[in-house]
Amino acid sequence: MKRIDHAEAASEFIAAKEHQEFHDRRLWDLRLKRDREAHGIPEWEELRELASRIKEHTLSHLADYLEEFEARARENGATVHWARDATEHNQIVLDILSARGSKTLVKSKSMLTEECDMRSFLERRGIEVIETDLGERIQQLDDEPPSHIVVPAVHKLRDDVSAVFARTIGAERGNNDIHYLAETQRRTTRPYFLRAEAGMTGANFAVAETGSFVVCTNEGNADLSANVPKLHIASIGIEKIIPRTEHLGVFIRLLSRSALGSPITQYTSHFRAPRAGGELHIILVDNGRSERLGMRDFWYSLKCIRCGACMNTCPVYRRSGGLSYGATYSGPIGVIIDPAFNIRKYSNLPFASTLNGSCTNVCPVKINIHEQIYKWRQVIAERNQLPFVKKEMMRIAGKVLADPRLYRAAISAAGLAIEHLPRFAIYNWLNAWGRQREIPKAPGQTFRSWYLENRKPS
Amino acid sequence: MRVGLFVPCYIDAFFPAVGIATLELLERLGLEVVYPLDQTCCGQMMANSGSQKDAAGAEALFVKNFSDFDYIVGPSGSCTVHVREHLDAIAQTPAVAKVRANTYELVEFLHDILAVEAFPWAEFPHKVGLHNSCSTLRKLRTAKASEIDEPVFSKPMDLLRKVRGIEFVTPSRPDECCGFGGTFSIFEEPVSAKMGYDKVADHHGAGAEYIVSADTSCLMHQKGCAERLGLDIRFIHIAQILNGDRA
Repeated sequence: MKRIDHAEAASEFIAAKEHQEFHDRRLWDLRLKRDREAHGIPEWEELRELASRIKEHTLSHLADYLEEFEARARENGATVHWARDATEHNQIVLDILSARGSKTLVKSKSMLTEECDMRSFLERRGIEVIETDLGERIQQLDDEPPSHIVVPAVHKLRDDVSAVFARTIGAERGNNDIHYLAETQRRTTRPYFLRAEAGMTGANFAVAETGSFVVCTNEGNADLSANVPKLHIASIGIEKIIPRTEHLGVFIRLLSRSALGSPITQYTSHFRAPRAGGELHIILVDNGRSERLGMRDFWYSLKCIRCGACMNTCPVYRRSGGLSYGATYSGPIGVIIDPAFNIRKYSNLPFASTLNGSCTNVCPVKINIHEQIYKWRQVIAERNQLPFVKKEMMRIAGKVLADPRLYRAAISAAGLAIEHLPRFAIYNWLNAWGRQREIPKAPGQTFRSWYLENRKPS
Repeated sequence: MRVGLFVPCYIDAFFPAVGIATLELLERLGLEVVYPLDQTCCGQMMANSGSQKDAAGAEALFVKNFSDFDYIVGPSGSCTVHVREHLDAIAQTPAVAKVRANTYELVEFLHDILAVEAFPWAEFPHKVGLHNSCSTLRKLRTAKASEIDEPVFSKPMDLLRKVRGIEFVTPSRPDECCGFGGTFSIFEEPVSAKMGYDKVADHHGAGAEYIVSADTSCLMHQKGCAERLGLDIRFIHIAQILNGDRA
């Protein structure tokens, strides 16, 4: 499988100046709002620490809490399914729908179903799937994956949305009024809510002691998806478990402040049991999570509550756009999750980072994101997945820098003594540096030679 | 107190003035400073690229050069972070542990260890924007990072405020990464350059005549960006200002 070329995709994103600059401003604005909301409550840093500990505790007792959740959910009248991977998950959904003759599924946003590529699986089998989150719907209509886990169409300008809606749902061509566009989406989606036989949601948190789960949204579309059709299917990653209801207080306070810089989402909906005459199916999905839990350096990434704060603050993400990562999860969290799904395909992603650490600082559950990025780079090198040029450059640099004589020869005279180094290394380096930057001029002498002339050597 | 002067490879090769200023400043403060002549680099570039085994030779050489000093001081945040947090491509002998524990970035050494009260020789009558590298900010924590809810502090500002005539300007995103990132600057060139352009434009827009930093690598990248953009803005290492450079 081909490696994702993040740098190349980023280059195209940056070339669309207006889009890139809007994208950067919009997400930076979310970061600033996050700062204001977060720093507005004095116990913010304590909350992060608490959330991190609750998650680490839960993950280290995950099997017990999952079984507790399952038992309580069954007592509540829900049907609980277990899916080992994406294929099993998608098949379970299809079986539930097929058994009831359901042909239409309305759903709210769920990164897990993106991860499982569920929509295309169901559509190929004759099920119509309607995304009801505005951003996600825009992306569905444009046949693009979400570019951000919270704001899926943030890379698009209003004119882009206007064009997509004109092409697909009969909006007036050229009308880019945002109220008109939102209303058009609402008007065309509403009939599906009324018609669909089944609704699907994800979950932000699943509470072991009650067997209930919580969905946080701002548009109310999850509530319509869950409550209008008779059948509600909830797909939940196994890492979403928290032990007790009281822990929700910690996470709910952190989630929306981190994500959008608002104190809470418009809707925080708790689901416990099927409605009278209805059905509630819960699918608990592993899809690589158990394996990740066994990775000494990387299991912390399972603490993630999918707030997107790391993406909003990431200077690389803001300038390259989510689609440049070529994966379900983009930005800093994607960089540390994706390689576990496919190390070759995503081997460039951990290098799409300056290791600046801002992601780690905003993470509401204190995932050591930049340290995991550093670790992934080692794993990628050890598994021989570095591109040839980089691998060779590092081998040569390692040799030169381990030997004072070679080092001095390399930096002597005109700064860089090309005869000592392979030409491809030099030209790769200088060409890339010089494309948009001036190359530093070599001074008359090195520090070392100045020192020898001006100080008595030891 | 015997101090080993650590001059990172790119400073040795391209910015000797930064090494000279660091040496002179530490000497002015009355320290015995020695520059081990066989030093090359700390191994950061290879390690940050994932090629940890290729860093082993440079790391071993670093320890060999510096194991006899009370303190090892260098004008670079990212190199200091490598030595302190990541010098682990080699066996962790007591000598390695000692070197790792005793290595300081210049600002934290001046601020925390020497607790320098004044730089009477220093005067810098210019408007400067301070660029804290991500290594100094979020790893060495020499200043408050904007993401963290805690009282404001800044070791580099504490030092620079002792310089006569200096004026500070604040860019709109004071602690956004400038996009250097070591080999990121080469292998992610489009994003790196864009980040650099945005960074220098932000400082320029705030009215900075100079961008000052404790990290020359960031400055090398930003300087390359500013020159290509044709922006009238200059770059200087904090050691040079504290040592009395006027321009």
